[in-house]
Amino acid sequence: MSDTTDSGPITAADGTPLKRSLGRALRQQKLRALMLIAPLLLFVLLSFILPIANMLMRSVDNDIVADTLPLTVVELKTWDSDSGELPGENVYAAFVTDMVAAIDAKNHTKLGTRLNYESTGMSSMFRQSGRKMKKLDPVADAPFKEKLIKINDGWGDVEAWREIKTHSVRTTNGYFLNAVDMRRTPEGAQSQPEDKRILIKLFGRTLWMSLIITGSCILLAYPIAWILANLPMRTSNMLMILVLLPFWTSLLVRTSAWKVLLQQQGVINEILVWLGLIADDGRLVMINNQTGTIIAMTHILLPFMILPMYSVMQTIQPTYLRAAKSMGATNWTAFWRVYFPQSIPGIGAGSILVFILAIGYYITPEIVGGTKGVFISNRIAYHISSSLNWGLAAALGAILLAVVLLLYWCYDKIVGIDNVKLG
Amino acid sequence: MPDTANNDAFVAFERVQKSYDGETLVVKDLNLSMPKGEFLTMLGPSGSGKTTCLMMLAGFETATHGKILLDGVSINNIPPHKRGIGMVFQNYALFPHMTIAENLSFPLEVRKMGKSEREEKVQRALDMVEMGAFGGRRPAQLSGGQQQRIALARALVFEPELVLMDEPLGALDKQLREKMQFEITDLAHNLGITTVYVTHDQTEALTMSDRVAVFDDGRIQQIDPPDVLYENPQNSFVAQFIGENNTMNGVVKEIKDGIALVQLDDGSLIDATPVNVSEVGERTKVSIRPERVEFNQDRLKGNAHTLKAEVLEFIYMGDIFRTRLRVAGSDEFVVKTRNAPDQVKLKPGETVEIGWLPEDCRALDA
Repeated sequence: MSDTTDSGPITAADGTPLKRSLGRALRQQKLRALMLIAPLLLFVLLSFILPIANMLMRSVDNDIVADTLPLTVVELKTWDSDSGELPGENVYAAFVTDMVAAIDAKNHTKLGTRLNYESTGMSSMFRQSGRKMKKLDPVADAPFKEKLIKINDGWGDVEAWREIKTHSVRTTNGYFLNAVDMRRTPEGAQSQPEDKRILIKLFGRTLWMSLIITGSCILLAYPIAWILANLPMRTSNMLMILVLLPFWTSLLVRTSAWKVLLQQQGVINEILVWLGLIADDGRLVMINNQTGTIIAMTHILLPFMILPMYSVMQTIQPTYLRAAKSMGATNWTAFWRVYFPQSIPGIGAGSILVFILAIGYYITPEIVGGTKGVFISNRIAYHISSSLNWGLAAALGAILLAVVLLLYWCYDKIVGIDNVKLG
Repeated sequence: MPDTANNDAFVAFERVQKSYDGETLVVKDLNLSMPKGEFLTMLGPSGSGKTTCLMMLAGFETATHGKILLDGVSINNIPPHKRGIGMVFQNYALFPHMTIAENLSFPLEVRKMGKSEREEKVQRALDMVEMGAFGGRRPAQLSGGQQQRIALARALVFEPELVLMDEPLGALDKQLREKMQFEITDLAHNLGITTVYVTHDQTEALTMSDRVAVFDDGRIQQIDPPDVLYENPQNSFVAQFIGENNTMNGVVKEIKDGIALVQLDDGSLIDATPVNVSEVGERTKVSIRPERVEFNQDRLKGNAHTLKAEVLEFIYMGDIFRTRLRVAGSDEFVVKTRNAPDQVKLKPGETVEIGWLPEDCRALDA
C-alpha cells in the first residue's frame, strides 16, 4: 500500500508533497517551452507592445508646456482666467525668463506648434516673438507687459494666456477631447465649432462602411465557400488557388487595378457606354467616393471571409442535409435549419476578421476613397506624417483600439467567442 | 418468410442499374421485392453496391435505369423529403446545434404538427429507446450507444412505414453492438415496420434479419433467410463470404442420385451435393463448413469417401476447439469441434481420417 492517507496532502514516494514534486518535474518542460518562444516574445515585446504602449502614452502626455515655461505656469496659477483681465506683470516677467531660456535651447517653436493645435496662430506668434525676445534681458529690461504687447499684440489678448494656462497640465485629456470633436477650455470640455467637427463623422463613417464591407463579404463569400466545401477535393483545390490568387498580388497593384476599372474613363464605364446602357455624359462615378472604397475593399478582404467559412463548412458532413431531407425537410428547410446554424461559427470568424481589418484599413481608402471615402486611419496617418500632431493621432488610435475591443466583447456576449472557428 | 410475388411487394427494385461515371455499372440489374414488415439486410463487401441501393431507395441517388416501387408506386421521381422514409445514418447525423428533443421534434415540425402533439410523440419515442430523461441534452454529451438510440428514435418518431439503416452499429464496440442488434430487431418487429439494413458484418446480418441479400459486384448473389444462406449457399462467393468455409478445387467425375463425385487436384475423391455444377468434367470448388467435418467414422455413411489429414495446429478457444489440418495439399483446412466431455483433442503431428455427409459438402462454381 502507498503511504497516502486521507489526512494531509498527498506526498510523493520520497515524502515531499506531490504538488511540489510535480511542479519540479514540470519546471524543466516549462523552461524549455519558454526558451523556444523567447525570441518571438522579445520581438513582439519590442516591436509591438512597447510601441503601442508608447503611442497610448502620447495620447495623454503633455509635458511640453510645463517643461518649456516652468515659471510662467507657476505664476499663471494665481491668475483668474475668467476675470477677463490680462495677467499681472509677474506672469509676463516669468514668461520672458522662460522664453529666453527656451529660445536658447530652440524649444520655443515646438511649444508654438503644440499650442497651434489648439488655437491657430500660436505657432507664428511664438516664432515671431522669439526673434525679438532674444534681445530682452530678464532682469534689466523689466517691466515687460507693455514691451511684449508691442512685440506681438497677441500677448495682450486674454485668450492666448487662457490657452497657455489650460494646456499647462502635464497629463491632459485634450487630445482625446479633440479626437471626439471637443476641446479643453478653462470652463471644461466644450464642443468644437461646427466647421471643425469632422472626426466623429469620420469614426461613424469608418464603422458604417466597415459594416457594409463585412456584409457584402458575407454575401459574396458564403456561396463560394459552400461550393468549395462541397466539390471534390481536386476541383476545390484548384478553385482555392483562385481564391488565394489575390494574396499573391501586391495590395497596391490590386487597388490600382480597381482605379483603372472604376474611373469615369475606365474599363467599366467604357463598356457600359459602348453597350449604350449609359450616356456618354452620364458616366457613373464609382471611384474617389464611398462606392469605390466599398467595392475595392470588399474584393481585397474577401479571402479573409472565404477561408474561415470554408474551413468550418468542410467539417459539416453532407449526411446532416441528407438526414434532414429524409425526415421530410425541403432543400431550403434543410439548409436553413440544419446547415446554416452549423456554419455560423465560420461567418462569425470571417466577420470579426474582415471587420477589424476594415476598420483600420489605410491604403485602399487612401487611393480610391477620394475625400468622401476615407477612413479614420487616413486621418491618423495625416496627423502622424503631415500635421505631426502625434498626440491627437495617438488618441484617435486609442479610441479605434477601444472600439475594436468593445465590439469583440459584444460579439463574445452575443455569439460567444467559442463559436469562432478558423479551422 | 414466404416468397412474395411482385404485385403485393411493399418495396420493389425492378431491373435497376446505377452508374456514377457513365462507364462502369455500380449496380447491375437489381431485382428485389420485399413484403411489408420484413427485416431485410443488404450484406456485401465495400464497393458491392449495397449502399448505393440504399441511397437510391432513400432518394439521394437516382437510378440510371429501372424502376423503384414503394407500395406499388414508382418513386423514381419523388424527391427524398416526400418519400416519408425513416433513415439511420452510419455516423448518426444528429444535429449538433439542437438538443435531443429538438432533433426528434424536427421531422414533426417540418410536417407542421402542433406543439403538444409534437412533445407527446417526442417523449414517446424517447421512452421507446429508454432515453426519456435525455431530451434536454446535446448530442455531444451522449455516448456512442446513446447517440445510436437517439438516431433510431429520430428515424421512427414520424412513424414511417419503411426505415433504412446504413451500417448504424459500425462505430460501436462489440458488446454494445450485440445489445443494439437485439434492440433494433425487437423494435422493428414490435412496430411492424419494414426495414432495410445495410452492413458488411455477416454476424449482424445473420442474427438480425428475416432475409439477407448478399451483394457482390453490383448484383445480388443470393437472397434468402439466414439459415438457408448459411447452409445452402448458391455459389462460392456466398459460401466464402458467409461464415467460415473450407474450399477445395477439383473436377466433377460423376453425378448420380443427387451426389457428385469430385476428384480433388491431388487425386483424392470426395462426395458432394452438386449446386451449380451439372456436367461431368466441369471444374468445381467444393465447400464444407468447419463444424460439419467428421472424425468419427461411425457417423459417416458406409461407402463414404474419406481423406487423410495431418494435424498442424490445435487451438483451444473455450467453447470450441479449432484444429488446423493439412488436407489434399492445403494447409488451411479448419475443423471446429464442440468442447464436450467426450470430444477428442487432436495433437499436432497426428494423422486422422476425415469425412462428411455428402449433403453438407457443396460443389459450387469454380
